[in-house]
Amino acid sequence: MAEKRAYEVLLIVDTNTPDDEFKRLTETLQQIITDQGGVVVKTDNMGRRQLAYPINRKKEGNYLLLEVEGTGREIAELERRMRVNDQIIRYITVRVDEDRRRAEKFKTKRARKASKRPFSSTGDRTRSGGRKEAAFNDDVEG
Amino acid sequence: MSSNYNDRDRSYDDSDDGGGRRGPGGGGRGQGGGRRMHRRKVCRFCADKVDIIDYKDVKLLQGYVPERGKILPRRISGTCATHQRMLAEAIKRARNIALLPYATA
Repeated sequence: MAEKRAYEVLLIVDTNTPDDEFKRLTETLQQIITDQGGVVVKTDNMGRRQLAYPINRKKEGNYLLLEVEGTGREIAELERRMRVNDQIIRYITVRVDEDRRRAEKFKTKRARKASKRPFSSTGDRTRSGGRKEAAFNDDVEG
Repeated sequence: MSSNYNDRDRSYDDSDDGGGRRGPGGGGRGQGGGRRMHRRKVCRFCADKVDIIDYKDVKLLQGYVPERGKILPRRISGTCATHQRMLAEAIKRARNIALLPYATA
C-alpha cells in the first residue's frame, strides 16, 4: 500500500469569502497536504460558477481544484478539515491514478493495433468501403 | 414546458418500439421517415478515442443530460457500453458537486 496515488479534490467555496481570505484558505489546504507528506501537483482556481441546484440556499460558488499525490493519509486529514470549515460548501475527491493508468493501457494497445494493421486504421468504415470498391471492379471485369 | 417533456418521453418510447419490431408498417407512420431507418450509431467517444471522461467537462456532459436532468440512454445516443459506464459515472460525480442538476421530478 505504499504506492503513490493521485487524487483530484474539487471543492466549492462560499462566494461571500473575501479574496484574501480565499487565498489564505487555499494556502491552508495546501499546507495540510504537505504536512501529511503529500504533494500538491496543481492548484487551479476555476472561478465563480452558478450551482446547478442551490446548496444551503446558495446559488453560486467558487470552484477550486487541487491535484494531490500521496498515500491517502493526507486526503483523510484534508477531508476532515474541509468538513468542519463553513466556507467550504461541498467537496469531492476522486482517485485518478487508476483511471489514468487504464487510459495509458488503452493508448498503447491502440498504437500496437495500428502498427500491426496499417491499412485499416479506421476499422469498419474502411472495410465496407473496400468491399464496395471490389464489387465495382467485378462489374467492370464482367 | 410539460408538453415538451412529454414529447421527449414519447420519442424515447418510440425508438424503443422500433428496436423490437421494425416492420414495413412501422415506417408508414408518416412523420420523419429518416428517424425510423435502421442506422448503426457509432459511439462518439470511440470515434474520438476518448479514454477518460472528465466529470468537470460540463459542456460535454450536458449533451448527455436532456432538460429533465436524466442520463440519456444508450439506445438514443449510440454510446458503447464501456463509454456509457464512464459517462454515467462522470455525470453522477458532476451532480454531486453541483455542476449538473439532479433529475427533477
